[in-house]
Amino acid sequence: MVLKIFFPQCCNRADSGLLVGQWIPGHNSAVVLAVIHYPFIPWQVKQYINEIQGQSHVELAVLGSWSMPKEGQEGMESFLRDLSTIFPQQHWLQLSRQIGEIGFRCQVLHRDQIGEEHMELTEEGDGEVFQTVAQGELLFSQDKYDDGPLKLTHWQSEGREASIIVELMKQASVPLCVLLTKLLVFWAWLCSLRLLNTRPVIFVSSKLSTCVQLSYRTEHLQMLSSTKRADTHAHFMRKANTFVSFLVDVALGMLLVSWLYRENRIGQLANALVPAADHVAEELEQLLQWLMGAPAGLKMNRALDQVLGRFFLYHIHLWISYIHLMSPFIEMILWYVGLSACLGLTFAISLLSDMVALLTFHIYCFYVYGARLYCMKVYGLSSLWRLFRGKKWNVLRQRVDSCCYDLDQLFIGTLLFTILLFLLPTTALYYLVFTLLRLVVVLFQGILHLSMEFINSFPLFAIGLKVARPYHLAAGVKFRVLCEEPGTPLHLMMEINPISCSTVVQTYRMPTYSCYPKDSWGALVKKLFLGELVYPWRHKGTKTD
Amino acid sequence: MEEEVFSDIDGKIISLDCQSHSSFCREFTISAAKVSIGKIMVYTCAVWLFAYAVFFFTENTAVLSSAIVVTLVGMMVHIHFVKIDHETLLIIGSLGVQVSSSYASGRESTTFIEMSKIKDIVINEAVHMQSIIYYLCILLKDSSNPEAVSSVVPLFQSSKPRLNCLVKVYKSCQEILACPDSLDNKSA
Repeated sequence: MVLKIFFPQCCNRADSGLLVGQWIPGHNSAVVLAVIHYPFIPWQVKQYINEIQGQSHVELAVLGSWSMPKEGQEGMESFLRDLSTIFPQQHWLQLSRQIGEIGFRCQVLHRDQIGEEHMELTEEGDGEVFQTVAQGELLFSQDKYDDGPLKLTHWQSEGREASIIVELMKQASVPLCVLLTKLLVFWAWLCSLRLLNTRPVIFVSSKLSTCVQLSYRTEHLQMLSSTKRADTHAHFMRKANTFVSFLVDVALGMLLVSWLYRENRIGQLANALVPAADHVAEELEQLLQWLMGAPAGLKMNRALDQVLGRFFLYHIHLWISYIHLMSPFIEMILWYVGLSACLGLTFAISLLSDMVALLTFHIYCFYVYGARLYCMKVYGLSSLWRLFRGKKWNVLRQRVDSCCYDLDQLFIGTLLFTILLFLLPTTALYYLVFTLLRLVVVLFQGILHLSMEFINSFPLFAIGLKVARPYHLAAGVKFRVLCEEPGTPLHLMMEINPISCSTVVQTYRMPTYSCYPKDSWGALVKKLFLGELVYPWRHKGTKTD
Repeated sequence: MEEEVFSDIDGKIISLDCQSHSSFCREFTISAAKVSIGKIMVYTCAVWLFAYAVFFFTENTAVLSSAIVVTLVGMMVHIHFVKIDHETLLIIGSLGVQVSSSYASGRESTTFIEMSKIKDIVINEAVHMQSIIYYLCILLKDSSNPEAVSSVVPLFQSSKPRLNCLVKVYKSCQEILACPDSLDNKSA
């Protein structure tokens, strides 16, 4: 079997000494973690290794000897070879390297026999054979610059990677977490007041996307403010991603607020709101007048046309009156509500979406009326069509059965069928027009919600980590053949294969209350055809209507 | 040694390079044809002529600058994300198989599959439009059921070499996969 030795690149230039590491018997490989330099006292080495083994539960052992003889150190090789008798091992590795050569030479001494084996040597660049090294953390606490009895060289002996910002943040995080927890407790008490827990308030707040976003962010803050350390990597990344995206969100929100409130843009916006609503109402009135005439050259049923048209016109008139009633307060309301965009850009977007929903409420109402009328007509038509053919819907058996009707039933049924059939084009036209309007509004709201979801779920921290420190997130390892000299084992360089951007986004995406299209295209078109009410975007986790 | 000319399924010439680093480590590189300067010039001229024609009718210089930007961005995207220069298969006995593709801009994308996950390397047939093509693929084991094949990783997807080239690579890989315990006794 081929023997594999994983050797850290930092020990390439280390002085001669003993190799310390771990055997992985299943894969017939040895992982070298550190080199203990000469001079050393063997019993001290044994004591140290036992200590580390006891504390970290890693099966460390002296794997063999490493010799890179400098001038004046001849005889080192034979000394190191004799050490194999002191440290009992099944296989004793002897790695040696001459200055000026690239490759190593390797010999393996078996307990029972001496011979040379086929092997390959893998040098690790930035990566390690992961679990072993992670568990052997204690071993890396000492290195050759310490004043202990043993001098070690390992991958951290040139210095550990740390950052002042991270340390400062760790110090500052504890009081911040305490403060945040207190604030959240107060907020939770506020939300659980009896007044706010009545059915209408709950219903309205589940429809308004601002409230949904607020509860979502509260959840996030609760997760962040817990003082328990993250135990798994996924948990840590989720916390970090949440924190960074929350900060960016708030920063963008503050930017937006500062832009809006400079030069009183918000006042201008409020002043433009009522004329905009008026304009929309005027356009709707013109549309209805057009429908009441001869739209696109089609001839409508005059009476029904007039009834429906007048009904909708009266609605618009009511709506405009309400808007005008509210107009003196709009500026003040908008001013204070706009301040809440400080909480984040997502709040601003959800506020916009809610405002659009409220302002186009009359379009929604028209759509519902038109759809209900059309739906009733279609059901009536289908049922009377069955009567026309002499069939009936059997509710018990959930199928169409033949049925024997009386003469007067048939007479009235046929009359009604004819009436409904000839009134169909008018109703269908109104339904079509208002459905299209409603779909435009839904599309706009959908775009806003999608952009909100993007901001909520995008893992900014993970992407930043991938750009700045790609070796923290690994998608595996990659090998490169270093040199092949005859007589030396095969040398391979093992490096960490950094993760790709698409995998980062996929793995570390944060779960949201995502809006997703509830129906497939086919189901949507079928619902529209039958006149059923369509709510294309459904929040995950809410009850269906 | 006779030079065998390999081609891919469309008939374009490709080249195969086999390197044997040791008795259990081999590397196969299949290189496709480089980006041809003729094609680049044809595309660029076509885009710019079209932009000039639009400019002639609209008298808007933004059309010209946007055509330049589009050409540049398109070329950069093509050499960085689309055009694969060569694909490499590095097989190391008892360690694993590494598959890497390197793009025309120098970017390399690598995947390493451990030997414990590999069931076998085989040549599969596939029906592609109106023809039947052969491709080399790695069969991966299922962790729960070692006898079942959990997934298939196709190799040399953009170079698409023909059967003669695949057979050569296959034979070489099978030598390494079949006997990982082979000891080659070298002298000291």
